[in-house]
Amino acid sequence: MIGRLRWPGAGTALGALYMALCYGFIFLPVIVLVLFSFQSGDLPAPPFNGPSLRWYQAAFADGRLVDGFTNSLLVGGSSSALSVLLGFFAAYGIARYEFPLKRAIQAIVILPLAVSYLLIGMGLLVSASWLGFSPSLSTVVIGHVVVNMPLAFVICLAQLGEHQRRVEAAARDLGASTFRVLFSITAPMIAPALIAAFCLCFTLSWDETLIALLNTRFDVTLPVVILSLLRGGVSPLTNAAGSFIFLCSILLMVVVELLLLRQRR
Amino acid sequence: MREEAHLVVEDVRKLYGEVVALDGVSLAVGATDYVVLLGPSGSGKTTLLSVIGGFAFPSAGRITIAGKDVTALGPAVRPTTTVFQDYALFPHMTVAGNVGFGLRIRGVAGTEQRRRVGAALEMVGLTGFDRRGIHELSGGQRQRVALARALVVEPQILLLDEPLGALDLNLRRQMQDELLDLQRRTGRSFVHVTHDQEEAMALASLIVVMNKGRIEDLGPPQRVYARPATRFAATFMGESTQFEGRVAERASGQCLLVETPVGHLPVTGNLEAGSQVTIILRPENIRAEAGGEIALGEARVREAVFQGAHYRVLASRQSPAQDFVLRLPPQAVIEPGMALKLSCAAGDLVLLQR
Repeated sequence: MIGRLRWPGAGTALGALYMALCYGFIFLPVIVLVLFSFQSGDLPAPPFNGPSLRWYQAAFADGRLVDGFTNSLLVGGSSSALSVLLGFFAAYGIARYEFPLKRAIQAIVILPLAVSYLLIGMGLLVSASWLGFSPSLSTVVIGHVVVNMPLAFVICLAQLGEHQRRVEAAARDLGASTFRVLFSITAPMIAPALIAAFCLCFTLSWDETLIALLNTRFDVTLPVVILSLLRGGVSPLTNAAGSFIFLCSILLMVVVELLLLRQRR
Repeated sequence: MREEAHLVVEDVRKLYGEVVALDGVSLAVGATDYVVLLGPSGSGKTTLLSVIGGFAFPSAGRITIAGKDVTALGPAVRPTTTVFQDYALFPHMTVAGNVGFGLRIRGVAGTEQRRRVGAALEMVGLTGFDRRGIHELSGGQRQRVALARALVVEPQILLLDEPLGALDLNLRRQMQDELLDLQRRTGRSFVHVTHDQEEAMALASLIVVMNKGRIEDLGPPQRVYARPATRFAATFMGESTQFEGRVAERASGQCLLVETPVGHLPVTGNLEAGSQVTIILRPENIRAEAGGEIALGEARVREAVFQGAHYRVLASRQSPAQDFVLRLPPQAVIEPGMALKLSCAAGDLVLLQR
């Protein structure tokens, strides 16, 4: 007791320092990346002269980056929509019906969360060529559905509780078919979770590089474009593109947090 | 009094794994009956309601409504609707959206739909609430929305699963009156589940007392209360004094003499001499004076609890021991230890076989 009282606040100060180092370690690269995206010189390195939006203009004028952006939007949008739809159906089935091997099936649905992206990407590439499909954005969409559907499934499953079950029973009692119950009762009731799941899937798809890199050839997604730009040497252009991706992700995560937190309250 | 049976439950059994929830239940209900399924939790009353509503399918037995076998039909195609315990309103819809849901499913078009929703809301006293969200309503108002939503599709039978459980006492009394009124106005049969015997007596034209998945007694509330068929029904419907005894002799015809701690009591029944029996007597039927038809001897007051309209008095006597529970008028002067001379009328003694 006495020993501790001798330097009051020493522990707190150490804790604060530790925390500052941790956050510095995590966020310094991000800050540097964002900072030098506003560089007006040609190198993303000190000294910083600017700020300027020169490289953002360059990024939005760059055909490869703009194509990559559109492709990423396409892949993110369609793979997230599919993930949420399939995840929702799977969650409904698991939550509402009793059937043999239910636990095993649930485990299999969640399993891709534990499989490495490299394995999924390579597996997809091999299967696609074996089936005679050439690598394309559709293969990437499939890959992203594989890794994101389990997330959507888990988020939906957590929302389908007893209260929802009784509300669904009430709708059924008034004559609604299963299809009608799903779309006019269950889905609207858990809409915030569905939107949050969509945003989360989109964020993950948005900056997923490995599966996209392995399974695309000519039409590529934004992270793949940036990767190939980096091969040609560093430039504030890649910083600008990277910062833009980061901004999009942050915005979507804020939406997720707002929706899921409001649910918990 | 029984009209032609509308809802018929025939020897229904329901098993959940090893657990027997319903153990051979049979029931016939008229088209305008207010049926109350009464029993403690785990008695199978809610299971019976779900089986009638189509939410659970019986393991054996048959259910017919208006002569049609509905045993295998799901809730969507049964002519029943349910008011759920927690109301199960659609949280993302307005009051009008909730009430109109069943009509939309049935393809009832705009103007007609609005007219019927308006009529249903008027019936439950919620005119003008159409645009309100569910979260803006009080418990009693939600209850009414649930009623309107279930009645607007004109079900042949309305099922109510402990609908008044979440309301406070005053509101519960008020809703009881409104439910009775609704049932009379709509001329439909209501099947209502509760564990509250006062609620059951206030509402029912037919009480079904359930215990351990079986029907213990079934009949109009006056009969079930005054002359319960089993000991369980007797105790669940209210307090009573119970005399344990043995049939001493069969007097003339249906008249038996039963040997009890308070002497030989004459009761009507048809049992062999020597049968073990219980005779029950409701508290309000015990008179604290010697002048009654049958003398029950003297007992000392153990406890007298003032309950507003009456005193609830517990009294007992020694050798042979016998407890009594009775009611005395509120103006009576009662003290513990006082001696009371008790008597009753012969017709109020109810014989139960043990």
